[in-house]
Amino acid sequence: MSKLIRMDHTGHSTLAEWSAEDPAAVQAAVTAFREQLDNGYLAMVSTGPGHAEQVRELPLDASLVILRLPISGG
Amino acid sequence: MAAAEPHALAPAFEVLPETAAVHWRPRVDDDRLRRLGVLWTLTTLAHVVPFVGAAIGLMVLNPLTLPVALACLAHAWVIPELYAQRGANVVRPRARADAGPERRALGLLGDLLDHDARDLHAATGLVLEPGRLGVWLVGEAGALLLHQGRVYCFCITVDVRVKAASKLPSGDRIAHLLLALRADERGFATVANLNFCGAPWRLRRRINRVMAPAFDAAVALHASRSSGLI
Repeated sequence: MSKLIRMDHTGHSTLAEWSAEDPAAVQAAVTAFREQLDNGYLAMVSTGPGHAEQVRELPLDASLVILRLPISGG
Repeated sequence: MAAAEPHALAPAFEVLPETAAVHWRPRVDDDRLRRLGVLWTLTTLAHVVPFVGAAIGLMVLNPLTLPVALACLAHAWVIPELYAQRGANVVRPRARADAGPERRALGLLGDLLDHDARDLHAATGLVLEPGRLGVWLVGEAGALLLHQGRVYCFCITVDVRVKAASKLPSGDRIAHLLLALRADERGFATVANLNFCGAPWRLRRRINRVMAPAFDAAVALHASRSSGLI
């Protein structure tokens, strides 16, 4: 089961879970994904030790998609 | 031929979007880091040499000026130390959220790390991350980079203009920086503000005791990589 999570004040919140065989769950995940991107979140996929990629479309085959806020110099 | 590093950061597939907010900054690379390092060295010398020169000159002119000469030497010592302290502050721990969110965030961060990095973070609060530019130590609101014998102290954090940013647990704050660093290391260094650059021993004196083992591990890894051992 793939997950879409958002890092927030609770630690992280699971916004959607889906599997490729469940179109309704996939659609719900895509909707949640786009909503968070519209709210300014950035979506990241960890692709192994030392590797991460930003994604703009929900990767249906990723096991975990992490939503983060923008960063800036302090 | 050097062996492939197990945790070397992959080339950036996409530039960090946050770099658009600092579009005037040249994208950081080895040359830019080296130039910044030289500039910091020259700045430090510009602070220290006049005071030391004044102290020596005063003593030569009249030994009775010893108190003033000592004050000059104190300035020559304090000013670089203050800079180093400012550098160490970028990895200073921040206020903690409630225990539940902290634990939950720690779980997610742990999933992003290997066993050794997880243990080191548990002990010190910093994440050791080898990169192409050098060896990174990532904290909640900053990161240190060991590069060509110097340490660079970058202040970078979740954008404080975003309301939700202040409520994030520490594990999430680190995860934000770690993911951005892994996605685009050069972009990460470009967005970050450089607070201090200098010899590692100068920062080692200022970093808190809990975090010191992480710094020592980063220095050791950097030395090994520089010597070609790994």
